[in-house]
Amino acid sequence: MIVGKGKPVEEVVAMVEGYDRILVVGCNSCVAVCMAGGEKEVAVLASALRLAFRAKGREVQVEEAMTERQCEWEFVETVREKVERAQAVVSIACGVGPQTMARKFLDKPIYPGINTSFMGQPEEIGVWSEQCGGCGDCVLDEYGAVCPIARCAKRMLNGPCGGSQDGKCEVGNDTDCGWQLIYDRLKALGQLDRLERNVGPKDWSTDRDKGPRKIVREDVRV
Amino acid sequence: MSEAGEEKIPEAAQGPACKSGSRLEMLLARGEFVVCGEMAPPQSADGSLIERKSEYFRGFVDAVNLTDNATGIVRMSSIACATLALKQGLEPIVQMTCRDRNRLALQGDLLGAYALGVKNFLCLTGDHQCMGNHAQAKNVFELDSIQLIGMVRAMRDEKVFQSGEEMKVAPRVFIGGAENPFADPFEFRALRVAKKAAAGADFIQTQAVYDLPRFEKWMEMVRERGAHEKLAIIAGVLPCRSARGLEYQKEQVPGMSVPDELIRRMKAAEKPEEEGVSICVETIARLREVEGVRGVHIMPVMWERILPTVVEQAGLLPRPEVGDEE
Repeated sequence: MIVGKGKPVEEVVAMVEGYDRILVVGCNSCVAVCMAGGEKEVAVLASALRLAFRAKGREVQVEEAMTERQCEWEFVETVREKVERAQAVVSIACGVGPQTMARKFLDKPIYPGINTSFMGQPEEIGVWSEQCGGCGDCVLDEYGAVCPIARCAKRMLNGPCGGSQDGKCEVGNDTDCGWQLIYDRLKALGQLDRLERNVGPKDWSTDRDKGPRKIVREDVRV
Repeated sequence: MSEAGEEKIPEAAQGPACKSGSRLEMLLARGEFVVCGEMAPPQSADGSLIERKSEYFRGFVDAVNLTDNATGIVRMSSIACATLALKQGLEPIVQMTCRDRNRLALQGDLLGAYALGVKNFLCLTGDHQCMGNHAQAKNVFELDSIQLIGMVRAMRDEKVFQSGEEMKVAPRVFIGGAENPFADPFEFRALRVAKKAAAGADFIQTQAVYDLPRFEKWMEMVRERGAHEKLAIIAGVLPCRSARGLEYQKEQVPGMSVPDELIRRMKAAEKPEEEGVSICVETIARLREVEGVRGVHIMPVMWERILPTVVEQAGLLPRPEVGDEE
């Protein structure tokens, strides 16, 4: 899922300082599951905004709304009425949500309320970790389904660097060494021989490096 | 995976007898036990620092490494420092990391450095920038050290850019890599050397050795793979001047193994600087006995003026002369 984390309230307050009618819109998919942009977070941010403005001596009307998936036109359409009533919208969907809203509601200022971080997995309650870098040419088959691009701090394809110690990465923060994980996994699978071959330079043109990406599938277009 | 397929290493990877004509290559070819040293470039625009430091290296080492923003701390570029070192009569080894440059910049810099007279290159992945003084920087890391070695070898031996396009004049360079026998997973560490040999590395410089038993075990694994015959292993040593310095390395530097016994010895010493030199000299003596070790790489971090003393006490003077370098 796409994982994000709420921006500090002061930052959001500063974005919408000048408005009297604000709408906070959440999204019921990834960010709801990672507890950053679901119904509960919408309510929490809305009341935090009301309190913050009240403390400044301003009575600001803050409405709340949810979309099923804020990245899709038809779901964004479901909040049209509330959007039109507001002077500004704070979206706490991932970064795709505010942009979809902005393309749908051309005259409405849309502001982001969360920091979208990565494609990841809930490790345990309250802990999420990055798992996929979206490079556009999946290599998981070679590495025992542990991604060296997302999970090694240096995206190394031929083995660990010299900073791996006791299973941890040199970047600190208790980050696991992705290559220790790859090694352990392939050892358990009896596939360590996969690591013997030299892997050549990756073609990064399928990554973000060729500019913004778009997938067009003629087979499903109508 | 489509594009990142297996690299083909042609026969030319074995290379001609003389690949670069560098002093380091010639001495290794002659079977000499080589001595390299590491010089940290200035953290300012003061090029005269290289001139001043050169006296600690000239005549005491066969080649000198110029680090490339090591530990993510900005310093004068390794290539610029290498040209200054050349003027001082030193043979430079330019360190190149994949942290700050993509394949375009690395190839362009390699060609430029070669045109300026640099013949030795040490291909590294690079320390993560979060360890240094510009932690907010974006990194590159689009090649790893093994891919960089392969790219440089193909430029030299096949006269091709990484893209496959041909060039008229190839850089005749001597290619190095690094290995850290003390990092994990330990079982992978000899394989890394074998992969670097297959990619085209001519020599390997190691992380500083304090833990000799582990180093010896690693060398045994390197020899099992026959990698020591395909490239020259040059063992790293770091003369340390205080117990605190050793403790710092043990606790703060990822992938370092420092036996407690050495720390105790430094703490007990009346003159820790002399003890640090003794430990380093003893380590060099033991490394010379290890089958497959072809030289030492002395990294006198923040203490470059001690280098002549270490080399002299290790009995490694005078350094051999090379005849016609071309």
